[in-house]
Amino acid sequence: MPEPSTPPVIQVRGLVSRFGAQTVHDGLDMEVQSNEIFGVVGGSGAGKSVLMRTILGLRAPDGGTVEMYGRDVQQLAAADRSALVQSYGVTFQNGALISSLTVAQNIQLPLREHFPASEAALDQLAELNLGLVGLAADDGRKFPAQLSGGMVKRAALARALSLEPKLLFLDEPTAGLDPISAAAFDELLLYLHSQLRLTVVMITHDLDTLFRTCSRVGVIVDGRMITGTLDDLLQNQNPWIREYFHGPRARGLSAHG
Amino acid sequence: MSSRSLSESSAWPSMTVLKLEGEGDDWRLHLEGEWSLSAIAQIEAQLQELPGGLHGTMICDWSRARAPALGTAWALLMRLHGLGSLEIRHSGDPPHFLQLLQKLAAERRAPPAAPEPPESVGWVGELGRSAVLQGRHAQGVLDFFGRILVVLGDAISRPRALRPSSLARHIYETGITAIPIVALIAFLISVIVAYLGAQQLSRFGADIFVVDLVTISVLREMGVLLTAIIVAGRSGSAFAAEIGTMQLNEETDALRAMGMNPIELLVVPRVLALVIALPLLTVIADAMGLAGGGLLSLLNLHIPLVQFTYRLREALAPTTFWAGLIKAPVFAILIAIVGTYRGMQVRESARELGRLTTVAVVQSIFFVILADALFAILFVQIDF
Repeated sequence: MPEPSTPPVIQVRGLVSRFGAQTVHDGLDMEVQSNEIFGVVGGSGAGKSVLMRTILGLRAPDGGTVEMYGRDVQQLAAADRSALVQSYGVTFQNGALISSLTVAQNIQLPLREHFPASEAALDQLAELNLGLVGLAADDGRKFPAQLSGGMVKRAALARALSLEPKLLFLDEPTAGLDPISAAAFDELLLYLHSQLRLTVVMITHDLDTLFRTCSRVGVIVDGRMITGTLDDLLQNQNPWIREYFHGPRARGLSAHG
Repeated sequence: MSSRSLSESSAWPSMTVLKLEGEGDDWRLHLEGEWSLSAIAQIEAQLQELPGGLHGTMICDWSRARAPALGTAWALLMRLHGLGSLEIRHSGDPPHFLQLLQKLAAERRAPPAAPEPPESVGWVGELGRSAVLQGRHAQGVLDFFGRILVVLGDAISRPRALRPSSLARHIYETGITAIPIVALIAFLISVIVAYLGAQQLSRFGADIFVVDLVTISVLREMGVLLTAIIVAGRSGSAFAAEIGTMQLNEETDALRAMGMNPIELLVVPRVLALVIALPLLTVIADAMGLAGGGLLSLLNLHIPLVQFTYRLREALAPTTFWAGLIKAPVFAILIAIVGTYRGMQVRESARELGRLTTVAVVQSIFFVILADALFAILFVQIDF
């Protein structure tokens, strides 16, 4: 197989993750190319969030390596690590907005830390990021507890975008949203992906989101990852994957075909 | 053609990011050097130096801007927007996201005015406002107390409402686990009182009255007061934090929705547990305090224990011990109600939780000392 011209943004090789006697990942391989939207699916407890935390360097792998931009994330010096962290944005499952700060202050938080600027400039940047995710400037003054579920997801995305990353990690971005809000979030993501040339890694269970947005999907089964386009996976004979894509919850999918 | 660099008077003289050229109706803005987000401060400062009131066309030349970012491009657009009636064009390979930003800028409505600060009402108004707030507050506490009484009244016909297992757990957590620290502090404080008292009394040859000093102060006041303050710090804060976290997780709402009463499940067991545990802790504190006084008298004043106990009986009125102990359940009720009430008040944010936990501890200690003062006056009046 010929080497792709650009190195993968993320390369996970032989990842092993253990919790006590329980092995979650057992030789997991994963590769994310630049400018794709990569979906990660798997059963509850299959280790999707653990995988994300490991890639982000929040958790040390029990075996195998994780490389971002061709460099092992566990071997980075502090300065490189800080630069790497600034190069990606993350949203967590429940938003993880700081509850004592307003939405605008949440967005400004990483900016303030890394790029000192005047208050006026920071306000403009907050407005820009709110605009990017389709929130009104007024929403910036609200506290996270005053937002609806969909707005929390958007605000978290705005904060993730504030440092203008080229790579986004989204953990269940449409979980808990009504179908209309979820669809709007899909469109927003596609729009930002095309306009900002982002690479996106997304954990999701939302089949509609998977079909609408993802160019490739990795399924975690038995501690390993099976990767392919959706068409490949629909043909896959693995029992769990068959059940996932052809089960009772997957009915509406033929319409996507 | 005039040309000027806008960096001369800026705070970052080494970095020029903007150069304005032209006159009349024909302007060129050269964007140069670092245009990534890390240069936002310089860019912002130099943008502010652009002269206002321009008209005609302005061409922004991006050909020499390095790594332009969304944020910096946005700052540029916002500033150009405010410069006057200019027709703006971009040339020299503008960044790919410029269209997106132009669209956002076009959709942007006038920046919303900051909400007006509440009108100043002067000190009379402030006084009135805080009086009303205090009144509402007192009403809330009264309401809360009433709900607790309702549960207790209910428990007469339905003892299960007292939640024996939950009660036992809270007695263990607030009482048994507090024994070591309460015992240690009571012991140490009475040693200190006896030591300092002996320094004074021995000058009059009245060493023996150290026994009176220690026993009366420990049994009447310090045993119960110290115990209450320690328990307020330990358990009052724990009550507020536990119930507050449950509030944040909507656990209390879940209980209500399942037809259970959070007051009955969460508040009453804690209040009762403290009413049981605090008097018992007080007895332990009293005993340890007397032991501390006796030990110091023996070692420092050479008063044998036999003489200490003899003098102790002389010094004590039959009511001394009870005068201290009777206060314990009252203090317990104050601490538990303040702690649980503040916990139930937590809404929305983690900061609220921290604030109300602090308030719970400070207020419960305050109420304990206030109640102690009232008891002191009462006991003098009725000669108890």
